[in-house]
Amino acid sequence: MTTATASAIERSDNPYALSHLDALEAEAVHIFREVAGEFERPVILFSGGKDSILMLHLALKAFAPAPVPFALLHVDTGHNFPEVLAYRDRVVAEHGLRLHVASVQQFIDEGRLRERPDGTRNPLQTVPLLDAIESNKFDAVFGGGRRDEEKARAKERVFSLRDEFGAWDPRRQRPELWSLYNGRHAPGEHVRVFPISNWTELDVWQYIERERIALPEIYFAHQREVFKRDGMWLTAGEWGGPKESETTELRQVRYRTVGDMSCTGAVDSDAATIEQVITEIAASRLTERGATRADDKLSEAAMEDRKREGYF
Amino acid sequence: MSSTIDELTATSLLRFATAGSVDDGKSTLVGRLLHDSKSVLADQLEAVEHASRRRGQAAPDLALLTDGLRAEREQGITIDVAYRYFATARRRFILADTPGHVQYTRNMVTGASTAELAVVLVDARNGVVEQTRRHAAVAALLRVPHVVLAVNKMDLVDYAEPVFAAIAAEFTAYADSLGVTDVVAVPISALAGDNVVEPSANMDWYGGPTLLEHLETVPVGSDPSSEPARFPVQYVIRPQSAEHPDYRGYAGQLASGVLRKGDTVTVLPAGRTTTVAGIDVLGTETDIAWAPQSITVRLAEDIDVSRGDLIAAGPVPEPVKDVEATVCHLHERPLKAGDKVLLKHTTRTVRALVKEIGYRVDIDTLQPSPAGELNVNEIGRVVLRTAEPLALDAYADNRRTGSFLLIDPADGATLTAGMAGEAFGGALAAPAGEPEEEDWV
Repeated sequence: MTTATASAIERSDNPYALSHLDALEAEAVHIFREVAGEFERPVILFSGGKDSILMLHLALKAFAPAPVPFALLHVDTGHNFPEVLAYRDRVVAEHGLRLHVASVQQFIDEGRLRERPDGTRNPLQTVPLLDAIESNKFDAVFGGGRRDEEKARAKERVFSLRDEFGAWDPRRQRPELWSLYNGRHAPGEHVRVFPISNWTELDVWQYIERERIALPEIYFAHQREVFKRDGMWLTAGEWGGPKESETTELRQVRYRTVGDMSCTGAVDSDAATIEQVITEIAASRLTERGATRADDKLSEAAMEDRKREGYF
Repeated sequence: MSSTIDELTATSLLRFATAGSVDDGKSTLVGRLLHDSKSVLADQLEAVEHASRRRGQAAPDLALLTDGLRAEREQGITIDVAYRYFATARRRFILADTPGHVQYTRNMVTGASTAELAVVLVDARNGVVEQTRRHAAVAALLRVPHVVLAVNKMDLVDYAEPVFAAIAAEFTAYADSLGVTDVVAVPISALAGDNVVEPSANMDWYGGPTLLEHLETVPVGSDPSSEPARFPVQYVIRPQSAEHPDYRGYAGQLASGVLRKGDTVTVLPAGRTTTVAGIDVLGTETDIAWAPQSITVRLAEDIDVSRGDLIAAGPVPEPVKDVEATVCHLHERPLKAGDKVLLKHTTRTVRALVKEIGYRVDIDTLQPSPAGELNVNEIGRVVLRTAEPLALDAYADNRRTGSFLLIDPADGATLTAGMAGEAFGGALAAPAGEPEEEDWV
């Protein structure tokens, strides 16, 4: 039994009360096991960001003492933070996992994708993702999406059916009742599964703190050479920034999300430990996506539109 | 661990649902709860202000916080359940925000299926209307343990106590007839903020809690020690590694009750009895576990147990192949007698035949009427025959082991939500059998 469970019980009149983190954990584990029981070839989308790291941690607990019965799939934009790639390779080795990599760069090199004028590669991930799902015949794809992230995601089901083009149709979603998840799908279709749908950013951090889960260093305050574009601090690097009109400076920053370097912004921060990060988030007046994601600002329905195309 | 973090992580979780049409001010109430509990962050508010300005609205339209999809914004409607999250220092909340129009009964059923509390909103000027009765009936049917009547727009009736008292009395009597015993009525103005988060200076005659205060303090969860243990097996864990050569654990989430090492349990539907040799909570051995923990159970004997079986203690259900249930039909294709479907109950999916559509229930009047089929959003009574026996509890006794889905085997669509056993705590004076007779129409 974890210390958090013990403290929750001490606080309450009901000796069987669960803390909100224990309740969310039990629910997420239930979802992982449902997929293991019902699908042939599930895979966990793994970006090296905190949400996918959390998913992997939950999967490890769900099947202990047996290994996780799923492989990982990393959609590699080619604009990765080196610390994140190093982290990815470390956990894959540590837990004896299998890793599939779908590479945006490879698709560009082969002429199957074209670089966008703005240099952002996040929307380009959809094509290699769907290609990897099709060629590996994955029938369930775990994503770390949370409904608190964005209002289109607030409407997404835990088991979200995608057609043979990977598309999401919000009007044709299956109603989801109790904890009865319907994973039926035709050949060629697949189901996106979101075991941490009901978690908020703060829940994720509190759980990471409680479970002492290691994260890539970029989540904690560090000195970094950055430049300002569209109101966000971006990391200078080979991906194509800064332009001539933009100047870099050394700042004390950290990241709230991990994504493509070209569209993921850093925030000014002195939070160097998980405890300090939690204090900072609890006081923040900005959502994590509002603070750090350029691609969501493209239009009022940017996320919904990308999800309709097969984005996770 | 610092004390702030400790307090934050030890808080409990309340899942609740709201019901009420746009006209009753539901979107405003949800917006007010999110806004006044400081769960709306600056960039979200800025986006709402921006969108409101672009449409020429003078004040930020808080409904835009909750209407997320393109079609909803274009048409100004809400098409599906959305889930919202907010927190106070005392509790964390998952709100199932369900549209309340008559054609969306299925959405309220969906939202209520996981809710421990339902907020039914009425307009103080209109009082209890047909729709209010429908919302109360759905909450009763889904066995939502706590109901809050939020009498909204008190500012438009001069904050008059007699108006509130009359509505509260009428609603409480109706809810009581449905078997809902825990009703709390709160007079509010979502627009002005009276009694939502802050107590209202305009209604000093009201001595009860604000809506948020009630949400923060209503007891959550049931007492697992008072329920028989129910453990649907999800997955068999067999590492077959050098370290764990003989480990064989049954993974699942305790649907109800408490399990202890040494307990005598029965594996259903086969009916074999054995004892619990060990319990692991996500990798850590323990002597006791309780609902709704996700655990792994090891049994003393090496008997045949697989996904779909139910490990049960206490009075155990008798496995049946004939199922009588109240259902809510969810799909545009009607449900008809003779339909062959799949039935998903806990972790078990079996083939089933719709033997009989008994009757449909008018959810406004609770009157049954004969029905050859059930259309989308209709609630009715059906008899099913399953290909394999199911260890079903009555829904009244156990929301988790008494509920099921009907699925179309052809395309996998979720057709129908089912609840085994009697509906409405027996309040529905339904004739047993002979659905063809019309004398009770």
